[in-house]
Amino acid sequence: MFEGLKKKIEEMRAHRPSPEAVKNAIAEGQIWKSIFRHGYPDTPRNRIMAVLSNVFLHLHPVKARHSGVKMSYTWCMGGLSFFLFLNLTVTGVLLMFYYRPTAEYAYYDIVALREAVPLGIMRELHRWGAHAMVITVWLHMFRVFMTGSYKPPREFNWVIGVVLLVLTLLLSFTGYLLPWDQLAMWAITVGTNMARATPFLGYEGPGASMLQVGGVKLVTGGSDIHFALLGGHFVSEATLLRFYVLHCVFIPLVAATLMAVHFWRVRKDGGISGPL
Amino acid sequence: MHFLIHFINALFNPVTYFFTSVIGFGAMIRYREKWTEPPFALRILIGVLAVLGLSMFNDHFREISTKSDNVPIFLMVFSVGFFTWLSFRQAVVNDRRLSQGQPPVEKETSDKKVYVWPDLVYIEFISTIVAGVALMVWSLALHAPLEQAATPAWTPNPSKAPWYFLGLQEMLVYYDPWLAGVVFPSLIIVGLMAIPYIDKNPKGSGYYTFNERKLAIIPFLFGFLILWVTLIFLGTFLRGPGWNFFGPYEEWDPHKVVVLNNINLSEYFWVKLLGMGITNLNPVVRELPGFALLGFYFIGLPPLLTKKSKFLMGLLERLGVARYAVLIFLGLSMAALPIKMVLRWAFNLKYIVSIPEVFFNI
Repeated sequence: MFEGLKKKIEEMRAHRPSPEAVKNAIAEGQIWKSIFRHGYPDTPRNRIMAVLSNVFLHLHPVKARHSGVKMSYTWCMGGLSFFLFLNLTVTGVLLMFYYRPTAEYAYYDIVALREAVPLGIMRELHRWGAHAMVITVWLHMFRVFMTGSYKPPREFNWVIGVVLLVLTLLLSFTGYLLPWDQLAMWAITVGTNMARATPFLGYEGPGASMLQVGGVKLVTGGSDIHFALLGGHFVSEATLLRFYVLHCVFIPLVAATLMAVHFWRVRKDGGISGPL
Repeated sequence: MHFLIHFINALFNPVTYFFTSVIGFGAMIRYREKWTEPPFALRILIGVLAVLGLSMFNDHFREISTKSDNVPIFLMVFSVGFFTWLSFRQAVVNDRRLSQGQPPVEKETSDKKVYVWPDLVYIEFISTIVAGVALMVWSLALHAPLEQAATPAWTPNPSKAPWYFLGLQEMLVYYDPWLAGVVFPSLIIVGLMAIPYIDKNPKGSGYYTFNERKLAIIPFLFGFLILWVTLIFLGTFLRGPGWNFFGPYEEWDPHKVVVLNNINLSEYFWVKLLGMGITNLNPVVRELPGFALLGFYFIGLPPLLTKKSKFLMGLLERLGVARYAVLIFLGLSMAALPIKMVLRWAFNLKYIVSIPEVFFNI
């Protein structure tokens, strides 16, 4: 009864395609070719195609200065900053699944992330990644400075980089509040207290008392920039919501947009810098 | 042993800390040929690690330095140290070549173009994996800190800003919030943005060098290493309850009392110098000496110095008036921090201008 089947299998074995043939069959197939429009990148043409035909890789030029791709030159810090930003985006989204930005739940959601998830390291990846990103951004700037890479024609990209540095710090700062523990609340209290002293815009800032109309002060504790930032007189639930929205939506969008400009300009300003 | 610990604690105070770091910075610039030699640098690293290791035997030091949120500061300090070395090492090697009429090392390979796939993509790929694994190990090894639930009813002492702002918080000792928390940070941002427009030196673009860019590198590194990184270190490890200064091995005693009797410039001028009372003076009149001093510092001093100094005159000619004026203003603003520190330590000077009625204290 099985003889026929056995024979069939043996026949198939005899005509078994080589791994090479399987690979070719896949690589020549319609699905594969619709995704990758070039062969394995081991020839100049395919290497060029690999970069050109991939939306992510085409951030790069096709060719780069040999001196510019060395790690001793770039320290890889810009790239690592971007990698950490991606890591923070992914872990941040996962954290948002569980975290509710209210005074009632915020702290206990964080406790649950630690206590109720076996080997749960999402919050750790997010927090340590954030600290690491602050450091890599500083080091990237340090490297760009030490190689004089801000010099013409790259002046404006340096300016964008400074804005990205500030945004990185603001992202970290707004995120610092979200665990809603003592460390968070008081660090943000110390930090945001500065806003009260903003000249003209903060009610304890120089010049604010001069802004009056008919003896009525325009800048008071309930109408100054500190109040706008916190959504109240103190760090409170309103602050938590504001910082949450800034942290998860607004600042990342601005930062991502500026990153696109930053990377694009690296290319347009002549690629990674090098001696003339 | 006790004696040694007390001795080290007594050695540490804001004054010695700041001057030691400034002297260290000067030595770093001056002896760059020496310490950038790998064997020498290795010895420095071993020395630092040995001190750190020995310090771990001290309970207080261990408690503060192994707080999980302080770990990034060690990462920051060591990586900044390493990359300062790496950039100076390459700069020194290049400077040697440049002085012999050779091009910088980067020049040898800069004309050769390589394919991004694979030559750059594989570097990015491997860096990503290494960084990802390192981050995971770090995350598995150390819990993210979580203290008690937030309550407005209890203020921790000390209350510290996130670590990357501790340099600014340290500035609060010397300047009021409107300066330390608003104006100076804004000036740091604007100043950083202004760098490429002020620095007209065409040399040193795209390679490591020190000699060709001394004027740019020294102020930048002074700001970054001394006024930013070392102040963060100070704020993290040496500032305890009441924002008082504590030695590295000193218990953080919340009841430590530091005698503070700081005096305003107006009091120095009217009361101590002229023997008058100041309570009835109009605030603007009262603060005239301070305004005069500030006016001289920002408006009078620059032309005077420029006339006297050949070096500054040359700089003015090279940069043009607008660039030069911005540079001098930013430079004087940056110098305002160390100057105020020294005035505080030497004369207990509180405010140069003090009109608390309108929160205008400098």
